[in-house]
Amino acid sequence: MGAWQSYRLRLQRKRWRVRAFRKRRELKPVVNRTQEIRPSDILVFSTFRNEYPRLPYFLKYYRDMGVDRFLMVDNDSDDGGREYLAGQPDVSLWTASASYKRARFGVDWLNWLQLKYGHGHWTLVVDPDELFVYPFCDTRPVRALTDWLDASSIKSFSAMLLDMYPKGGIRDVPYAPGQDPLEIASWFDAGNYSIYRNHRYGNLWIQGGPRMRAFFAEEPHRAPALNKIPLVKWDRRYAYHSSTHTLLPRGLNLTYDEWGGEKASGILLHTKFLSSFADKAKEELGRGQHYAASREYRAYAEGVTENPDLWCKWSEKYINWRQLEILGLMSKGNWA
Amino acid sequence: MSLGVVMLVHTAFDRAEQVIRHWVAGGCPVVVHVDKTVDRAENDRFRHRLSDLVDRVKFSRRHRCEWGTWGIVAASQSASELMLSSFPEVRHVYLASGSCLPLRPVRELVAYLAERPERDFIESATTKDVPWTVGGLDEERFELRFPFSWKRQRFLFDAWVEVQRALRLQRQIPGGLVPHMGSQWWCLTRETLSGILTDPNRPEYEAYFRQVWIPDESYFQTLVRLYSRQVESRSLTLSKFDFQGKPHIFYDDHLQLLRRSDCFVARKIWPHAERLYEAFLDPAEQAMKGAEPNPGKIDRIFAKAVERRTRGRPGLYMQSRLPNDNWENGFTSAPYSVFEGFSDLFEDFETWLARTTGARVHGHLFAKTGAEFEGRQKSFAGALSDSPKIRDYNARRFLTSLIWNTRGERQCFQFGPSDSQIITHDLAHDPNAQISVISGAWAVPLFQTGGDFAELRTEAARLQKIEAEHLRALRSPHAKARIRIWTMAEFVESPKDCLQEVIGEFAGTEQRRLTEAPRMVDLTGFGRFLQNLKNEGMHPYLMGDFPVERQPRPVEPVRRKRYLVR
Repeated sequence: MGAWQSYRLRLQRKRWRVRAFRKRRELKPVVNRTQEIRPSDILVFSTFRNEYPRLPYFLKYYRDMGVDRFLMVDNDSDDGGREYLAGQPDVSLWTASASYKRARFGVDWLNWLQLKYGHGHWTLVVDPDELFVYPFCDTRPVRALTDWLDASSIKSFSAMLLDMYPKGGIRDVPYAPGQDPLEIASWFDAGNYSIYRNHRYGNLWIQGGPRMRAFFAEEPHRAPALNKIPLVKWDRRYAYHSSTHTLLPRGLNLTYDEWGGEKASGILLHTKFLSSFADKAKEELGRGQHYAASREYRAYAEGVTENPDLWCKWSEKYINWRQLEILGLMSKGNWA
Repeated sequence: MSLGVVMLVHTAFDRAEQVIRHWVAGGCPVVVHVDKTVDRAENDRFRHRLSDLVDRVKFSRRHRCEWGTWGIVAASQSASELMLSSFPEVRHVYLASGSCLPLRPVRELVAYLAERPERDFIESATTKDVPWTVGGLDEERFELRFPFSWKRQRFLFDAWVEVQRALRLQRQIPGGLVPHMGSQWWCLTRETLSGILTDPNRPEYEAYFRQVWIPDESYFQTLVRLYSRQVESRSLTLSKFDFQGKPHIFYDDHLQLLRRSDCFVARKIWPHAERLYEAFLDPAEQAMKGAEPNPGKIDRIFAKAVERRTRGRPGLYMQSRLPNDNWENGFTSAPYSVFEGFSDLFEDFETWLARTTGARVHGHLFAKTGAEFEGRQKSFAGALSDSPKIRDYNARRFLTSLIWNTRGERQCFQFGPSDSQIITHDLAHDPNAQISVISGAWAVPLFQTGGDFAELRTEAARLQKIEAEHLRALRSPHAKARIRIWTMAEFVESPKDCLQEVIGEFAGTEQRRLTEAPRMVDLTGFGRFLQNLKNEGMHPYLMGDFPVERQPRPVEPVRRKRYLVR
């Protein structure tokens, strides 16, 4: 990479940070418990809109994993989720009624919160429908992972998005608040992923899974990106470039090995495809607040009304992280 | 007979305290060295907490211990001196760290050492014989000077190494010393240790080792060779290192492994590994039947982890493994077979092949109309889609995923000039590919369909061009696949021998003679067809020489041997 390119990326990173700084005005604190954050705390950052049913399980899942604090941005929910979170002792909550799209799909808001509160912490940026899985997560708390990453001088940890879906129609089994979504959406695609390298930012571009085969078979290049780097030892100079797919400075995106070896990596189980999904797709389509002119949601809305079943004969049923490791979706790397 | 423990501590003081109390309860005096980087208040708190053990636990002079520098040796020296002078009954001194955990009751270790009163347990090997590759510095760590910190001043560190290499600067190793290296965790006898500490040449040795790279792995390891009566070159501390030279860490889920290892002490334990501390510091902990340490199983697990990190799983492409070209260490994960022209020439080739070999036989996976999976299913293993656009969007990953997803089962597929050709070069370069070609066989379907001859001629010219291009790739010096190419004329001469040759490569079928051949299409008039193409000015050459009027011999159906029931 030439000096010029490197300089341009630097400018871009600064631009995102300035933008985050400007967008901070859109955030109105609901409950701010950030003064309770201890230096070694592991923090979750998340934005959500009308996700109340998912929130209880979301909090439980990450608390059990050993996350200490939640910093969340509510994008104008009206389903009671805001009030629920405000009552949780480990949640700091902001609300934003401004455009999700113009805040670059929430990235600006979270970049600001991370800049302000994340410096020096391990930060995990996940949506309420994403469940983080890492090697040994059934026997070791997430602090074991971050301690190991610290000892190995690794600053960022990748976790590919794995779309989970139920067997049968998405609407067939209703999701009850507090329920483990994996009880319903327990199936996934094990090995149909396309991987390219993005030379500009050094990250990978992974696409595939049920969304590609069901909704994007005609234009696969438009299928949503699945590569994510959600766990980062944050520094105030860092910035997420587009969602959690890309980070700046670009060295943080090198979460893969290029010389044949495997680095350690995890998975984000994406439990988007629950009974609530169809309505949500319609609503989001109406709002037009999503990436690339809501193309994804349009594709879903069409697909959902036609045939909502993503399951196929070769779908794999989720068991645990070891299964994902054996299938080659994630890796222990040299963590043993 | 007694054992003293020297413990170097820099963090996790509550765990260190627990372990110190455990040693003391087992009858061992402890000398603690607290890293100088630990702030005074923390240090005072720690000392205060241990003040009830004041006559069994001593604190030595503090040094700054940075990884790879002299400080750690200085710390071990000071603490050992204090140990030898304060506790005259001590016969063996065990060097441990705050994150070390005794796995067996202390009395067992004491008894073990009492039976071997003259033995020094210290890993000590000459640099010539150990491929110590971490950091790329093996002999050089004794021959160059390392005044800069590797952790904090990496640039200067590297630059200074380069300068010394360029100027060929070399240090003189003090007379009488032969550089040895090994694990920094040792257990030495009083005689050996005091010999090293009171050596009249100690200032000279120290001056030398101060500028050696990672002296804690070489100072005692080298000097022990001067004083020890009996060196047992292994560490009693179970400590595994990964490929970057940093220690592997033990967690709760290693409990059973550690139990069965029969090792005395393990390092390094994660400070929050509650169950490990609970289990192994339990005073009621059962003896391990006095066995010799046997860390074999743990060794294997960590060796596998290093292997995974450095070599990875061949043929796997995923979010944390995307090798550069030629670094894949196997483009695909298993052998597979590609058949070109066979399904044109034989009517029931796919079913015959599946029956004969037991392999999974697909149609044209790269057909323009979509992937023809076995049984023409819409999707296949791993939920691969048959959509041609998805497949062609990343054809390499389509192929490598297919082979990866079906590990343990041989895959076969058809290929030909009417297919999407994106994958041509990858097939040719892949040592796992077994490619069998009947060149020119694409003409058979044209011949069979008939129709407008002008169109056929154009199509034939197109296919011939594509196949010629493909064959060039297969014949290129870069091709690493196992490749067989017959012209159609050659193949038709003796189809059974050719098939036998191809099938012979499938595991388990080497010895078997073909009992059944696939049915060849009727080629009557095929020579004429080719001649007509020639007459039209389109020269079909890839199928070899076909006489205009000759009837190719049909494949004789093989007569089955009769069953003989005895």
